[in-house]
Amino acid sequence: MSDETREGSLSTDETPGGSSAVAPATADTVIEVDDVNFAYVKGKDVLRDISMQINKGQVTAFIGPSGCGKSTLLRCLNRMNDLIPTAEITKGEIRILGTDIYDPSVDVIELRKHVGMVFQKYNPFPKSIYENVAFGLRIQGIKSKSVLDEAVERSLKLAGLWEEVKDRLDSSGLGLSGGQQQRLCIARTIAVQPKIVLMDEPCSALDPISTTIIEELITQLKDEFTIVIVTHNMQQATRVSDRTAYFYLGELIEMDDTIKIFNNPSRKETEDYVSGRFG
Amino acid sequence: MHDQATDPPLQKSENPFQKKITPQKRQDAVVSTVLRMATYFILICAAFIFLDIIRKGAPVVFQTEFPFVNTKFFTDSPETLMTFETEDGTFYKMDFSDYSQWKRDNPEGRIVEEHSHAYSGGGIFGPLVGTALLTIICIIVALFVGLTTAVYLNEYSSKGRFMDMVRLAIMNLAGVPSIVFGLFGLGLFCFVAPVITGEPQERSILNIPLFGGNFLAFQGWGTSMIAGGFTLAVMILPVIIAACEESLKAIPMGFREASLALGATKWQSISKSVLPYAFPGMLTASILGITRVAGETAPIMFTAALAHKDKLPWQDTDSIGGFFSQSVQAMPYHIYTVAARIPQSEYTKPMQFGSVFVFMVLVMCFAALSIFMRINYRKRVKW
Ligand SMILES: Nc1ncnc2c1ncn2[C@@H]1O[C@H](COP(=O)(O)OP(=O)(O)OP(=O)(O)O)[C@@H](O)[C@H]1O
Ligand SMILES: [Mg+2]
Repeated sequence: MSDETREGSLSTDETPGGSSAVAPATADTVIEVDDVNFAYVKGKDVLRDISMQINKGQVTAFIGPSGCGKSTLLRCLNRMNDLIPTAEITKGEIRILGTDIYDPSVDVIELRKHVGMVFQKYNPFPKSIYENVAFGLRIQGIKSKSVLDEAVERSLKLAGLWEEVKDRLDSSGLGLSGGQQQRLCIARTIAVQPKIVLMDEPCSALDPISTTIIEELITQLKDEFTIVIVTHNMQQATRVSDRTAYFYLGELIEMDDTIKIFNNPSRKETEDYVSGRFG
Repeated sequence: MHDQATDPPLQKSENPFQKKITPQKRQDAVVSTVLRMATYFILICAAFIFLDIIRKGAPVVFQTEFPFVNTKFFTDSPETLMTFETEDGTFYKMDFSDYSQWKRDNPEGRIVEEHSHAYSGGGIFGPLVGTALLTIICIIVALFVGLTTAVYLNEYSSKGRFMDMVRLAIMNLAGVPSIVFGLFGLGLFCFVAPVITGEPQERSILNIPLFGGNFLAFQGWGTSMIAGGFTLAVMILPVIIAACEESLKAIPMGFREASLALGATKWQSISKSVLPYAFPGMLTASILGITRVAGETAPIMFTAALAHKDKLPWQDTDSIGGFFSQSVQAMPYHIYTVAARIPQSEYTKPMQFGSVFVFMVLVMCFAALSIFMRINYRKRVKW
């Protein structure tokens, strides 16, 4: 990323120190993306020269037009792209908590326990609310009823769903409203106590009220989790995120504090996009 | 504007929509007639088959007195039917076992005209039991192999040329004539399949010594219900695999992703968040396969079926192995026997039509059950 930003700062009259993203990894950095190229099919890189740092306890938003690679990068962070046989990182390294997550010694199962994911289309299992939240712990072999009960209650409370469902934990998760289902999915994700939660357009299938609830939830969750969220909604990015990364055609154009990105971006392209003059 | 006089008055005699016969309309009429006729032709065939079978078969199965069903037809196995006349001109018709009894009871009775009709007496209990056993073995084997293959193809295998060829091969299997499966089953399961035994037979191709003086002998299972069940299973595998794959594909990708993202292993994800939801669909689709298997004659003709057998499967043996390695009677083969391999007479008709009627009703019940389950299942699926 350093190239990008330096270029950006040089071409404007900004003070050169404005790009804090070029700062070396600090103790607070949990995710470091280091000069990464990624291809779904050999020879066609959909991500190019991506470098960024994501800090602990912050909400980082990925914005950019459709098809620019936001989801792709997000899914690289918990190696969900492993599901696609030909997909691979062709250059660079992604380090989470200091470890290269594509190193052969890394167990992807363990990685995903630390890096949870909430999907665009809420996808609770056709099980009871309780079993949905307990799923992640059950597959880890936890059987103790008291441990599960405690985890389910804590996660549902964190997800702001406890009051609404505590009397019907045994009824199906599919019986909830869309917004409740998405919060159930968030509860399911945080039940395994990940360090990082990735969210790919978590509100895009929801009504405005549910969206507001989830946005509030996100700002509360950042005390405990580092959150990366992909969104198409500029207001949402300004409301929930501390830092914002703008992508365009597989490249990271600019990453900075959200306030700066939306009020005073270093790059012309970013300004055009966030002000709606894009295209 | 409102001056009525300016509008030319509509003349009643000139109907603008007058019927006109054009070539296009004639063509339309011809095509729709042909299409309708073709459909009616199928209807007529179906009606003829069903009505004929019902008309001739139902009286064998149902009766006017209590219990209104001819229970003997369901509880007895096929026997030779005897018809004879005594000197005094009385006509008798009875199963062979009754006939022997009758002769013992009437030693002085002189029989003048006597005929025997093979397989036309008794009932169809033996064939029903045999078909049930064959079908059960077939379904267990086919579901197990089909399910595992489908899971592998759909969840594990990487996409590519080789896998496309595997799929093509499986689909082509569906086009193989059933008599070929019968011969294949004879060659593989009856003659070559391995058994564990203390004394391998002469015909065994290969004997691999095991512990305790036993051998893994490739001598085949002989003509047996297990060989028949396996042969039928291989025959419907393409159907089962396709059905299972279809059900797996219907499970949203989100379930797999969600559980993987929670740190599930691939197998945990499949076994906990895919298979439980795919299973009802698989079972439903497989029942339709059952109806097909139950009615097949060719695959069991060489591998499992017997025209006649005195004892029921459980009367003939005391070991599990012995149970499965005996031949059985089976409905389709029984129908073939009574329809084509015995001299026809009016006395053979009840058995012929009775068997066909019962079998048809049974198979239709299974088909209906399958359709009912499918509708029910579709209703329950919410994702
Ligand atoms: N499974 C896949 N196989 C091949 N190419 C893919 C696959 N998924 C995405 N791509 C391609 O990668 C590029 C980036 O896609 P990606 O889904 O990351 O975009 P996005 O920024 O998330 O877009 P959106 O805002 O629409 O979700 C696109 O050009 C897309 O066509
Ligand atoms: Mg996306």
